[in-house]
Amino acid sequence: MNPAPSIVFFTTASGAGYGLLFWLGLLRPLGLVPGGQGFGLTALVLALVLVTAGLLSSTAHLGNPRRAWRAVSQWRSSWLSREGVAALATYVPAGIFGLALLTDRPGLAAAMGLLAAAGAVATVYCTGMIYASLPPIRQWHHPLVVPGYLVLSAFSGAALLAMLCGFWGDGVVAVVLALLGGGAALVLKRAYWRAIDAAPPEATVESATSLGFIGKVRPLEPPHTETNYLLREMGFRIARKHAARLRHITLLAGFAAPMLLALLALLLGGGLAAAALTLAAVLALGGLLVERWLMFAEATHTVTLYYSGN
Amino acid sequence: MTCLPEIAPGQKKLGLVIDLDTCVGCQACATNCKEWNASGHSAPLPDLKPYSAGAEGVWFNRVHSFEAGEGEAGRTVHFPRSCLHCETPACVTVCPTGASYKRAEDGIVLVNADTCIGCGLCAWACPYGAREMDEDEGVMKKCTLCIDRIYNETIPEAQRQPACVLTCPTKARHFGDLGDPDSAVSRLVAERGGQPLMPELGYSPVNRYLPPRKRATPPAKPVEDAPTHMDVKNPLLRWVDRVLTRMPAMESERQV
Repeated sequence: MNPAPSIVFFTTASGAGYGLLFWLGLLRPLGLVPGGQGFGLTALVLALVLVTAGLLSSTAHLGNPRRAWRAVSQWRSSWLSREGVAALATYVPAGIFGLALLTDRPGLAAAMGLLAAAGAVATVYCTGMIYASLPPIRQWHHPLVVPGYLVLSAFSGAALLAMLCGFWGDGVVAVVLALLGGGAALVLKRAYWRAIDAAPPEATVESATSLGFIGKVRPLEPPHTETNYLLREMGFRIARKHAARLRHITLLAGFAAPMLLALLALLLGGGLAAAALTLAAVLALGGLLVERWLMFAEATHTVTLYYSGN
Repeated sequence: MTCLPEIAPGQKKLGLVIDLDTCVGCQACATNCKEWNASGHSAPLPDLKPYSAGAEGVWFNRVHSFEAGEGEAGRTVHFPRSCLHCETPACVTVCPTGASYKRAEDGIVLVNADTCIGCGLCAWACPYGAREMDEDEGVMKKCTLCIDRIYNETIPEAQRQPACVLTCPTKARHFGDLGDPDSAVSRLVAERGGQPLMPELGYSPVNRYLPPRKRATPPAKPVEDAPTHMDVKNPLLRWVDRVLTRMPAMESERQV
């Protein structure tokens, strides 16, 4: 599948934003993050900026961005529509959360924070389901895809929260969460890659052509001499050449290095900790961009069976 | 609405039956499809860079060629690929706007170009590559089963068939109601063992492909007579033949 930059950026940025919103909404009422107005508002604004930038970027992928509003109508059947509904609905409690912080109403802020956290989980779940509900793409139509989106969102959100807590000098819980999130991401992605590498393709060129009863099927002549939309969109092949290296980069730079930096921050404390946690957040987001790019580039679509036989 | 219509038993399911035994891969169906649909229900079907290198465009029907099997049992099979108007098409249910829909009355899957946002998710959801983006208009396009021909009362009744079916010179394409077990296409499918494509993905495609027939046992090869000198009737040539036969072969000739 073609890794459209707008989609790669969207799922990474929005995922991190929703992750941050989730942790902020959940931990603030429990008193596990700095409780002041400044911290709450900074974290909320950062989360919403990331979410909004991602959502706006996703409309760049559309052939008709001006009609994007229509996308919230089919929530009964479409996960993309549900994602749109969940994303828009989450703005409401998130906005009231912000107002409550501004006007210093702790009860309302706690309630709206929790609602916004629930909205964030729902939105990221819908994002994962968009991919997991597509049978022609076996690397996406996989039980570990939705947990992957959720865990990576939680991890990147925790990394951002830890960074902010670092600046406020009160970050043990967030740093521990970032550590746990990184560990979970590492385990989950490795399991996912092992699973998709080992799984045999569900459909074959034999079943795609119904000619398997004759014997092995090989493409002889393609229907067109130039490329087309299907091959550009679904037949993307460049990245598979570097897949192994990019997986290592994701695991080491995206997950392991931020975890090491988070540990270092726990030991150092103070200004150095803030610097280490900032670097950790930047590395985590960078690693996720690579991971998301791979998520597309490694995915194969059954239409390529007709063109390449595999 | 992108929820699928309820399908009652015996309901009309319009579709195509394609005979892989008689298809000769002439591309006439693809060409006539493009010709009709370039000004039909989903018009235009744009071409990008049509007069230079990298020419490409939107087509609803593409004819592949495959080799199947090995040696004597092997076959070359021409394989037209287009929308199968599935009974449970995920291309419809994933659509966020309701632009993609399946008609309850005949099962045809269509796109409303006025509400499509061009997100491309339906093309990802189609295992068969039946949907292609019109990158000029930014909307998705697909086979309409020539909905503007099959119900068109302004053309003679015999021509109320999809353009690909009408034009096929070997009658390898058939159009009809696959929901009616007594229709000509359903009988053809039953007789010849018509197959669905990728049934394991669960889309329940309506179109069927008729498998290539088993080849008759090939007759024994004709054996060539080994000619003798006496087969050469002209005495002069007979002498030349003898001389040439006795002459030692040249080095270069031996290698050949």
